[in-house]
Amino acid sequence: MDFQGQVLTNDDAEEAGGAAARPRLVVIGNGMAGCRAIEELLERDAGRYRVTIFGAEPHVNYNRIMLSPVLAGEKTFEQIVINDHAWYADNEIELVAGDPVVAIDRAAKTVTARSGRTVAYDKLLIATGSDPFIIPVPGKDLPGVISFRDMKDVDTMLAAAAKGGEAVVIGGGLLGLEAAHGLSLRGMKVTVIHLMPTLMERQLDEAAGWLLKTELESRGQTILTGADTAEIVGESQVEGVRLKDGRLIPASLVVMAVGIRPSVALAREAGLAVGRGIQVDDHMVTSDTDVLAVGECVEHDGQVYGLVAPLWEMCRALADGLVGKPSGYRGSVTSTKLKVSGIDVFSAGDFAGGDGGEDIVLRDASRGIYKRVVVKDDKIVGAVLYGDTVDGNWYFDLLKKGEDISSIRDFLIFGQAFAQGGGQADPKAAVAALSDDAEICGCNGVSKGKVVATIQGGACTLDAVRATCKASASCGSCTGLVEQLLELTLGDDYAGERDVKTVCKCTTFGHDDVRREIVAQGMKSIPEVMQRMSWSTPDGCSSCRPALNYYLLCAWPGEYVDDQQSRFVNERMHANIQKDGTYSVVPRMWGGLTNPRELRAIADVVEKYNAPMVKVTGGQRLDIFGIKKEDLPAVWADLNAAGMVSGHAYGKSLRTVKTCVGSEWCRFGTQDSTGLGVQIEHMTWGSWMPHKFKIAVSGCPRNCAEATIKDFGVVCVDSGYELHVGGNGGIKVRATDFLCKVSTEQQALDYCAAFIQLYREEARYLERTAPWIERVGLDYIKARIVDDEVGREALTSRFLYSQSFSQDDPWAQRAAGAEREQHAHLGEFRPILPLAAE
Amino acid sequence: MHYGDWIDVGPLSAIPVRGSRTIPVAGGDEVALFRTGDNQVFALVNRCPHKHGPLSQGIVHGHAVSCPLHNWRISLVTGEALGEDKGCTPTIPVKVDGGRVLLCRTSTLKAAA
Repeated sequence: MDFQGQVLTNDDAEEAGGAAARPRLVVIGNGMAGCRAIEELLERDAGRYRVTIFGAEPHVNYNRIMLSPVLAGEKTFEQIVINDHAWYADNEIELVAGDPVVAIDRAAKTVTARSGRTVAYDKLLIATGSDPFIIPVPGKDLPGVISFRDMKDVDTMLAAAAKGGEAVVIGGGLLGLEAAHGLSLRGMKVTVIHLMPTLMERQLDEAAGWLLKTELESRGQTILTGADTAEIVGESQVEGVRLKDGRLIPASLVVMAVGIRPSVALAREAGLAVGRGIQVDDHMVTSDTDVLAVGECVEHDGQVYGLVAPLWEMCRALADGLVGKPSGYRGSVTSTKLKVSGIDVFSAGDFAGGDGGEDIVLRDASRGIYKRVVVKDDKIVGAVLYGDTVDGNWYFDLLKKGEDISSIRDFLIFGQAFAQGGGQADPKAAVAALSDDAEICGCNGVSKGKVVATIQGGACTLDAVRATCKASASCGSCTGLVEQLLELTLGDDYAGERDVKTVCKCTTFGHDDVRREIVAQGMKSIPEVMQRMSWSTPDGCSSCRPALNYYLLCAWPGEYVDDQQSRFVNERMHANIQKDGTYSVVPRMWGGLTNPRELRAIADVVEKYNAPMVKVTGGQRLDIFGIKKEDLPAVWADLNAAGMVSGHAYGKSLRTVKTCVGSEWCRFGTQDSTGLGVQIEHMTWGSWMPHKFKIAVSGCPRNCAEATIKDFGVVCVDSGYELHVGGNGGIKVRATDFLCKVSTEQQALDYCAAFIQLYREEARYLERTAPWIERVGLDYIKARIVDDEVGREALTSRFLYSQSFSQDDPWAQRAAGAEREQHAHLGEFRPILPLAAE
Repeated sequence: MHYGDWIDVGPLSAIPVRGSRTIPVAGGDEVALFRTGDNQVFALVNRCPHKHGPLSQGIVHGHAVSCPLHNWRISLVTGEALGEDKGCTPTIPVKVDGGRVLLCRTSTLKAAA
């Protein structure tokens, strides 16, 4: 069709015969999807339709994803316009801007705008995009509470930022972080409130989320994760946000960026099939053959998309259909390559791994880089990159094509240049080719020449190299290189031997290395340790997580927040799991003493909760069996009411202090062993240890309390107190070693605290005192506890400081409602029975 | 609330990350819902194939859970025991939609029967 020379406005086109013969295409939505669809259509057959576009905003088509640079001051609105007025005019498109469509009449085939203007269509394209989700909290409608979706929101933010002050962004996803970054650059003090435990959890895994949080915090933003908004406060204007935990964060501007929802109201009112979005087939046709839909508002094959790439693919399929050459949209595999506040992040595919998925992880702590590629059946199925995203497109390409990567697997994580670089088929050859002054270990500045010299000097294992020249001893990211140098230098003599047993398969470091680095580098969370020490798994395993949790707890008392999900079941539930899944409950009986009130409370609990068995334990207290997890808080509340607290019979912690009756009753007793035992238990209860820890105090050398098979034992004699350490019953019985003799109760207490603290700080997780002492030697313990008076006092005071945070009865906390979800079912499922026939 | 064959069992936020919540099934086996570090949700019968330990109380790492009784590692994806151990726990289709956890009704009934 030739309509050169025709200059028509769309209004007079109604009357112009030639043009009127063309079917009329009306587009609802002047955004990225609507206009892109028209661009695709024009490219295929420019004269086929008469086009009218309705837009709710009073603007021409602009690039919505570039609003962040406008907010940040990097771009102006003019620079993000995709199609200016000339484009509409040149292509004879009628633009109705600032007048949103409010109704569709499918029977009459017309749309009506807010102004009352009604336009007929032959084909209708709905491209309404999505609406910001506003969380339904009190105060959400206050002036100063906005979303981040269009140019108007940006203008509001710029006006608020001009006045300075504090802003709160609710939502730590991409949009929220972009808003926070922009406002922060504009001089506002910004707090980001995010419901989930890590930032951008849909695009990033935990490790990358942690890196991002750390980086943003270092730039002055306050990031509160796991924070749930209770209300937005203010009289006539927003004044702040109150969290469910009671904290109030002042703010003169609140940006809600918690997510988007497909904008489907118009389609639903018109009676089109709507699920999560407007349902379309492969040609973007809705349940009405004359109505099409495209972009974020649609649901295709059960999926809705909030990214740009799928939108382009949909528009191509849509245009092909409109010109009678249907191709079909098959859904999109999405990747996200973003700059979040100037930090590069990338994710694609299923970076969660899944069935048979294997992780290849590269962490370079010194450069702030984290890369993770998930491989399944020799194909890439997902990837997460942080800090260095150059290879994102390459991974995404391999992923989409489903290419077999087995031949390049060993180099995959180093990126395209390395994996496809000629002549480097053997990683050892690449290392061999390095010059002698090439740096191997960036953390400790060790060159290849130095590492090779160290190996030639007799360091024949990884651990020996680490100990001698420090290469790979800090973050471990060069461990592979050092191992290759060992192989190259030693040839067949090297078989990968280790002197040090690693914590688990997730790391190349041993327990002592990890503990040393936690303190040396000031690491304060599990993801931080895993990142800085190059863990090979995304979130560890059931061996390393409890160990790291303990090491951090021990290193940073009062500061480290215990990770419940890194605790074994008994320590998480504060009771002992039994083989039938019920729990046993052991209240503390100080020094084995009890009274009628406690005994009555225990008896009442046994009856009230139908506990099938009560037993006297070896540690001089009572064990109540068969309690269900749901009943635990109520049982604890009843025991608390009688003055009893947790006995920690379940923990890697101080268990019992067993005593005999001592000088108060016994004709052989030399000292008040019961009283001393009670004092020791009051000092030590609640402390977390590498393993369980038992104490006993016997009143005379007859040793009725069996103090010489305890971790710490006191045997009273006429002239004072003999202190014994490192005993245990168990599979291999070990009698204690004699540590020293002291003359006062206070000394016995102080030495006990010092010994416990030395064990807490230096033993490996799950190592009891007996193997620990055999490993380090009794002389070492004596040197630290007996000979070094200053050191002993320091140990004692560190223990008492740590105890000031740990003697908070966990049962009372749970009984008061803490961690309620640990004890309650999520719901209950009752199959609905068919109704009986009448 | 019912969506066809999917039962809404609660918000995703009710399951702790790297944690689990349980759903008793009348006349059948309890179901355990797991949420992994990457925010995926899996549902398995709450019973280790070894000595029937409550998997919901284990430590969740990667896409596996370690049974609290004897530390068997069970794949959350297939329900199969990992490593040297042999055994399988039934899995139940589950999905997250709009922050809600949806459990497959038919499979829950079948697995619980």
